[in-house]
Amino acid sequence: MPSRSYAGVDVEVGEDGFFVHPEQWTEEMAPVIAKESGVDDLTPRHWQVVNFMRAQYMAKGDSPSVRLLGKASGVPVKELYELFPKGPAKLAAKIAGIPKPRSCI
Amino acid sequence: MATRIVILGGGTGGTLAANRLRRVYTRSEAEITVVDQDDRHVYQPGLLFVPFGLTHPEDIVRSRERQLHRGISYELSAIDHVDIAADRVRLASGRELEYDVLVVATGAVVQPDQTDGMTGPGWMEKVFTFYTPEGAGALEGALATFDGGKMVVNVVDLPIKCPVAPLEFCFLADWYFHERGIRDKVQISYVTPLDAAFTKPVSARRLGGMLEARDVELVTEFNTGEVDGENGRLVSFDGREIPFDLAVVIPLHGGASYVGRSPGLGDELNFVPADEHTLQSKAKENIFVIGDASSLAASKAGSVTHFEGEILVENVQHFLDGEPLSASFDGHANCFIEAGFGKALLIDFDYDTEPLPGHYPGTVGMPLLEESHLNHLGKLMFQWFYWHVLLPGRDIPGVSSKMPLAGKRAVPGRPEEGRTEEATDAEP
Ligand SMILES: Cc1cc2nc3c(=O)[nH]c(=O)nc-3n(C[C@H](O)[C@H](O)[C@H](O)COP(=O)(O)OP(=O)(O)OC[C@H]3O[C@@H](n4cnc5c(N)ncnc54)[C@H](O)[C@@H]3O)c2cc1C
Repeated sequence: MPSRSYAGVDVEVGEDGFFVHPEQWTEEMAPVIAKESGVDDLTPRHWQVVNFMRAQYMAKGDSPSVRLLGKASGVPVKELYELFPKGPAKLAAKIAGIPKPRSCI
Repeated sequence: MATRIVILGGGTGGTLAANRLRRVYTRSEAEITVVDQDDRHVYQPGLLFVPFGLTHPEDIVRSRERQLHRGISYELSAIDHVDIAADRVRLASGRELEYDVLVVATGAVVQPDQTDGMTGPGWMEKVFTFYTPEGAGALEGALATFDGGKMVVNVVDLPIKCPVAPLEFCFLADWYFHERGIRDKVQISYVTPLDAAFTKPVSARRLGGMLEARDVELVTEFNTGEVDGENGRLVSFDGREIPFDLAVVIPLHGGASYVGRSPGLGDELNFVPADEHTLQSKAKENIFVIGDASSLAASKAGSVTHFEGEILVENVQHFLDGEPLSASFDGHANCFIEAGFGKALLIDFDYDTEPLPGHYPGTVGMPLLEESHLNHLGKLMFQWFYWHVLLPGRDIPGVSSKMPLAGKRAVPGRPEEGRTEEATDAEP
C-alpha cells in the first residue's frame, strides 16, 4: 500500500490517493490534500460539504454520491461543481479522508 | 392465527416473491397480500424494442393480478405510507393492512422533472425517454419521422434500471438507421457521466469498442445539469454543451415516494437500505427488500430480482422460525445485451467479480462478452421466461442464484481485473 505524508503524519492511501483508514484523517490535512487536488482555498462552503461527507460516511459506511450531496448537504449540485470542479463526490471524499465512492452498475 | 405477509408492489419482485412464498406456506399458515397501484404489469425489458417498432406497448403488458397464484390477495391501491413501529401499511384507499412480515418490492421510478428543463418545451417532441411505456411509444413516432441530424443518448446519473439498456439503444439505433438507409445522415452520440462506456473495466472496453465500430461518438464525464429542448442542447453542471436534434434521455431514478412518507424506511433518494446478503431491511427486522427498491450496489435488473427471490423467501422463513438468516445473496446478475443486426452479448457478474469473457453457465453454454446469434435468441426467449418461469417463481434449470466461475476466463495478463474493488474512475 502506498503511503503519503500530510501535516507531518504518514497515512496509508489507496492507488488513487483515497484514504484507506478514515480515522487517520485530521482537519489539518484537508487543506493540504485540497491543494494537491487543485482546490487552493477551502472556504466554509467547502467545509460544509467535507464535514457532511465525513458524518455521512461514519453513519452509513458509504461515501455519498453527488446527487445525495445535492439533496442533503445544503449545497446545491451546481455549486458543488463550482467548489469541487469535475467530480465533486470524488474530490470531496478525497479531501474528507474517506474512501472513494462506489460506483454502481 | 395465520402469519400475515404483505408485499408492497406487484411488479417483477413482488410477484415472484408472492408466488414463491405461496408455495412454501399453506393458506392456513400464511395470508399473503400483494398491493399495487395499477393492474398493468409491463415487461420492462421490452421497452427497449418499442421505439424501433420491434414490439408494441400492448404486447408487453399483462394484468398484474393474473400473474399471482391462487390464494394470494391483491389490493389495488396506491400505498400512502408504512408505519414501521406499528407494523402497519396505510393505503391511499384508506384501508390499513397489518403485517408480521413486510416485503418492499416497489421498484424504482424515473424522475424527469428532477433535471432542469427536461419536461419543459420540447419534452416528448424532441426530448424523449424509452424508460416508460408512454415515452417509448412516443419515441417510436419520432424515430420513424427522423430524417437525419444529431441524436444524443444521455444517461443523467446512476443508478438506473438495467444500466446496459442505453448502450443497447445506441446499437439498435445504428441498425435501425442502416435499415432505413439513412445511417450516413444521422450522427449518434452516447453521453455518460462515467469515464468510460460502462463501469467495469473489461466490459467497458468491450462495449466502448462496440460503440466505436458503429461510429457512435462517446462523450464521458458529462454530468447533465439541464436539458434545453427548445434550443436543442444538453448543458453539464460544469458548463459544457452538446447540441442535439433529438435527445433520448434516461432520467434520474428514485424509489417510490411513499418511502419518503414512511419515517425510517428509506434513504434520501427513497431507496430502502438493506443487508446486501440477507436482504433484510436496515429499518426493522420484519421488513425485507427485493428488486430495484433497495439501495444495494447490485444492478437494478430483473435477473437480479429473480436471483434475490430465492434468497428472500428462505430468509423470510428463517425469520419467522426464529432462526439466523443463513441465505446469502452474492449480487449475481446477468443480462443479454442487444447488439443490433440480430446479435446480442451476454454478461454475468456479481458484487465482487466483474463481467468476464467465457461461457455461461459452464464451459459449454452461451458465449460471454461476445456477439452471437444465440444470445440474440436468448434475449428474445427472455420474455417467455419472464411470464412463464421467472414470475411464477420457478428456478431455471442449470441457472443458480450463485454466480458461476466455471467457464470464465480471467483476461490474460490482467488477472487483477477480475475483481471490481477498483471500478473505473466514475463519478457516482
Ligand atoms: C428499458 C428497460 C429495460 C430493461 N431491460 C432489462 C433486461 O434486459 N434484463 C433485466 O434483467 N432487467 C431489465 N430491466 C430491469 C427490470 O425490468 C427491473 O429491474 C425489474 O422489473 C425490477 O423489478 P421490481 O419488482 O423491483 O420493480 P417493478 O417491476 O418496477 O415493480 C414495482 C411495482 O411497485 C408498484 N408501486 C410503486 N410505488 C407504489 C405505490 N406508492 N403504491 C402502490 N404500488 C406502487 C409499481 O406500480 C410496480 O408495479 C429493464 C428495465 C427498463 C426500464
